[in-house]
Amino acid sequence: MLTQIIATGILMGFVYSLVAVGLTLTWGVLDIINFAHGEFLMISMYSAFWIYTLYNVDPLLSLPLTTIMAFGIGYGTYKVIIRKVVDAPGLTALLATFGFSLLLRNLAQFLWSPNYRFINQSFVADKKLTLGPIIIGLPQVFAAIGSILMTLAIFYFIERTKTGRAIQATALDKHTALLMGIPTEKIYALTFGISGACVGVAGALMSTFFPIHPQSGALYSLLAFVIVALGGFGNIKGALYSGILIGITEAVGGFLLGTQFKYAIVFLMYLVVIQIRPKGLFGW
Amino acid sequence: MVASKHLFKQKYILGWICIVIAILPLAIHNINFHHVMILLVMYAALGQAWNIITGFTGQTSFGHAAFFGIGAYTSSVLFWRYMLSPWVGMLLGAVIATTVAFLVSYPCFKLKGHYFAIATLAIGEIIQQLFVSWEYVEGATGISLPVMGEGFLQLQFHRSKLPYFYIVYFLFILVLVTAYLVEHSKMGYYLKAIRESHEVSEAIGINPTEYKVYAMLISAFLTSIFGSFYASYILYIDPFMVFSLPLSMRIVLLTVLGGLGTLYGPIIGAAVLIPLSEYTRIFFGGTGKGIDLIIFGFLVVAVACYQPKGIVGLFQKLFFEPSTAGGGKNG
Repeated sequence: MLTQIIATGILMGFVYSLVAVGLTLTWGVLDIINFAHGEFLMISMYSAFWIYTLYNVDPLLSLPLTTIMAFGIGYGTYKVIIRKVVDAPGLTALLATFGFSLLLRNLAQFLWSPNYRFINQSFVADKKLTLGPIIIGLPQVFAAIGSILMTLAIFYFIERTKTGRAIQATALDKHTALLMGIPTEKIYALTFGISGACVGVAGALMSTFFPIHPQSGALYSLLAFVIVALGGFGNIKGALYSGILIGITEAVGGFLLGTQFKYAIVFLMYLVVIQIRPKGLFGW
Repeated sequence: MVASKHLFKQKYILGWICIVIAILPLAIHNINFHHVMILLVMYAALGQAWNIITGFTGQTSFGHAAFFGIGAYTSSVLFWRYMLSPWVGMLLGAVIATTVAFLVSYPCFKLKGHYFAIATLAIGEIIQQLFVSWEYVEGATGISLPVMGEGFLQLQFHRSKLPYFYIVYFLFILVLVTAYLVEHSKMGYYLKAIRESHEVSEAIGINPTEYKVYAMLISAFLTSIFGSFYASYILYIDPFMVFSLPLSMRIVLLTVLGGLGTLYGPIIGAAVLIPLSEYTRIFFGGTGKGIDLIIFGFLVVAVACYQPKGIVGLFQKLFFEPSTAGGGKNG
């Protein structure tokens, strides 16, 4: 039974990781807490839903389209809003992103009603995978695999490519990076776009087994905050590992102490770990 | 010379603002307006209390709803179960909130910047979850306070909202004076030194952790008082209302909008934000489509983008020389 729960937790953890990777990028590179991150996820889930409902395209097939759209949302958000507040003093950027999240969430409610929506007919729906004692749903397996691939791709992009190194340089010191000829403005916009693309993938994958409604992003952004802080800000590897850790903690904690406490346990774990590692598990 | 003149000016203007706030509900007899004024004054005070730990000290707290909720629950439970006056509950709640603040802030102040902010967020969420599943306080159902006869002692007035207004106004003045005294005491300067640089403040002989804890205790105490008041005013509380992250964020939002780290900031922020959100809710909220929050969100984004120093920054640019800027750095 416990292996079953841990397996479910790990699978969910990979999806959490991907959402958190998106958040940690903007947080690490621009030093901005994007409160609208969960709303980007919610919009991606809705777009998968609408493509499915209107054109009957499976969410897993429309995933590239959702991702490109989410990239556009992130990129556009930077160009229209974040650009103006990135150098503002104090918590102004937070004000902007929080206001934006309210705007998006309620716009979704206005346009699409607060009803819960489901995608029932995806080709992974209701299928199960049996591996010895463990039985897991195919949607979760696909979500986990997709999340791993996307996380690896992001990791490869940041660590190996020239543009990725430029992003790292900008994160370390914006002014020096600018002096070295890196167009930091473009890098910022690109980072926000990639951050959006992360939740685009996550949203499309999650839409096959989660209800879709205007509030559906809020919880995941909260979890993503904790995961990012647990892994160390701006640390992709940290976000990956702590996402898995949070997934396991949530599943096992919910099993042992009751599901109503599962998020309390997740938050408590953050508080305990952060006492030992004040800059996150992988921070320095 | 210049500093004392500035001091005089600030006192003077704050005084006038307070007098105007006190007179307005007498001048305009409208029940909606009285309700908005009560909330305005309450949120201004909450912003003021939050400002002590975040604006002055630079420690961003996203979990102040926890103290608010503790105040609300303590007075409500005592009134509902034991018929104890909300005033006693208010004091007891503040003591409990301060104790909780002491217990959580000591370990939290090891953390810096965003790590601290996320820790306060986590604590707020944990406390909410505990109250949701706590049978003794009716869990997620919440507590409906018994309706009694009118009276100061039981803090209930049914014919008019004015007594509520003047009670919350009195409490607000209390918070304002406290914040003023903190800002202009030695402690206030210590706090600002800690905000500007933790290391430097340590080097000049301040114990940052000690003073951060003091600031947190004061802030929690003051926040909790308004939780108790709010419960007596609304007569119903549940964990999703008084412990919610949106409540914490609302306090953050209005203070940042008004001007972080200034005494006017929370008042101006509340004066803009609360009527805005309440009246859009009154006019558009009935549709149930969230139009009020769309407008609200849009305006918040617009202010953040075009007036990054908050509304106080705008006023300072218009009326004062630039050297009076008070908005602090943070993060």
